[in-house]
Amino acid sequence: MSETRIRVLIAKPGLDGHDRGAKVVARALRDAGMEVIYTGLHQTPEQIVETAIQEDVDFIGLSCLSGAHMTLFPKVMKLLRERDASDIIVTGGGIIPEDDVPALKEAGISIVFGPGTPLEEIIDFHRKAVRKQ
Amino acid sequence: MDIVDRILKGDKRAVARLITMIENDDTSIREAQALLHPHTGNAHIIGITGPPGAGKSTLVDRLAKSYRKLNKKVGIIAVDPSSPFTGGAILGDRIRMSDLNTDQGVFIRSMGTRGHLGGLASATGEAVKVLDAFGMDKILVETVGAGQSEVEIASHAHTTILVEMPGLGDDIQTIKAGIMEIGDIFVVNKADRQGAERTATELMAMLELNTEPLPWAPQVLKTIASDSIGIEELRKTIESHYTLLKETGHLAIINRRRTKDEFLAILNQEVTRHLLKDIVDDSQLECLVESIMNREIDPYTAASQCMSGFLKHR
Repeated sequence: MSETRIRVLIAKPGLDGHDRGAKVVARALRDAGMEVIYTGLHQTPEQIVETAIQEDVDFIGLSCLSGAHMTLFPKVMKLLRERDASDIIVTGGGIIPEDDVPALKEAGISIVFGPGTPLEEIIDFHRKAVRKQ
Repeated sequence: MDIVDRILKGDKRAVARLITMIENDDTSIREAQALLHPHTGNAHIIGITGPPGAGKSTLVDRLAKSYRKLNKKVGIIAVDPSSPFTGGAILGDRIRMSDLNTDQGVFIRSMGTRGHLGGLASATGEAVKVLDAFGMDKILVETVGAGQSEVEIASHAHTTILVEMPGLGDDIQTIKAGIMEIGDIFVVNKADRQGAERTATELMAMLELNTEPLPWAPQVLKTIASDSIGIEELRKTIESHYTLLKETGHLAIINRRRTKDEFLAILNQEVTRHLLKDIVDDSQLECLVESIMNREIDPYTAASQCMSGFLKHR
């Protein structure tokens, strides 16, 4: 019954304690047939990147509601480059102002899913992106 | 082969990639597996099983830290269930192991069961070998939250730990067949909860009924994994068990039996794959299915006729 499965790491960098959104997305991706590694709260960028490498994921979804995304997200991207793992696609979610999105994309975040994004759209993105790889 | 060199040089990305290929049943890795084989057979494999929520992941985390203090390298494979409907999974055992993520002497891999029953994934055994070749001294394999008959871990581990917690049932549960028979060490976790003493006593009473003389008398320990209480004693008990297996020659016997079982299973697969078409071709197969459906012949007789036909023409 084995076959290729999309593997996604859903991670909560930084200090905020709100993981409802992350869990909803994790569950939706699970129901779409993906294997979702969930790391829990308060992860450092180093922990996230190390986990992504050991788990050999196709995607990292970063969820941040603390406002520290402009520091934390680019740090993750930098560490991925250092570990020669830039092929992992990184997405962002949480409370992220529109104005910050261009800078995050510049830093290498593929897409930012703001509040109210339909789950179908998130699932679709993962399916299409993995096919392009 | 490139990926093997990278693994032997300590590249975690290569280890992770090979495990993915094993999980995806990618047969192009046979050469890599062959090259890794001489580097395997050195790790102590420790199985951790027990019902959901008993504290297996937390216990694995604390045990790994205990081994790290002794400078042992630790590999962890943590299995969680895949959905029988979508194949998706939430792999959440790492939540309890956050501090280990960045420890260079630790490698953790989460695995979905992908339809395999028995408490492990079908790729678990091969993934253990990769971590073994990667130089891990201790490999902790955490099963899915196990029920009464998920006992496959006992045929992979050298030391099997069954994690229980207070309040899950009376002593009738302890004399049932299945999972209660596979523990080398029984742990009553969450031992600060009411009923822990009783659970431990019931387990000990169950073990006293063992009539077969075993080289190792299974132990019952109490832990509070979240507070790191009882972990050192558990580690020492695991080590005593392993030492005993080595000294009495049982480790060699176990390893030989497993090697034989594994080889026969692989050979069996190969034989089936290569010979099935010679024994019965596609059109014959469809005819036979038709006859069996029409109750003209039963499946055992049909199989036996195919086989004797094949053997006669050889």
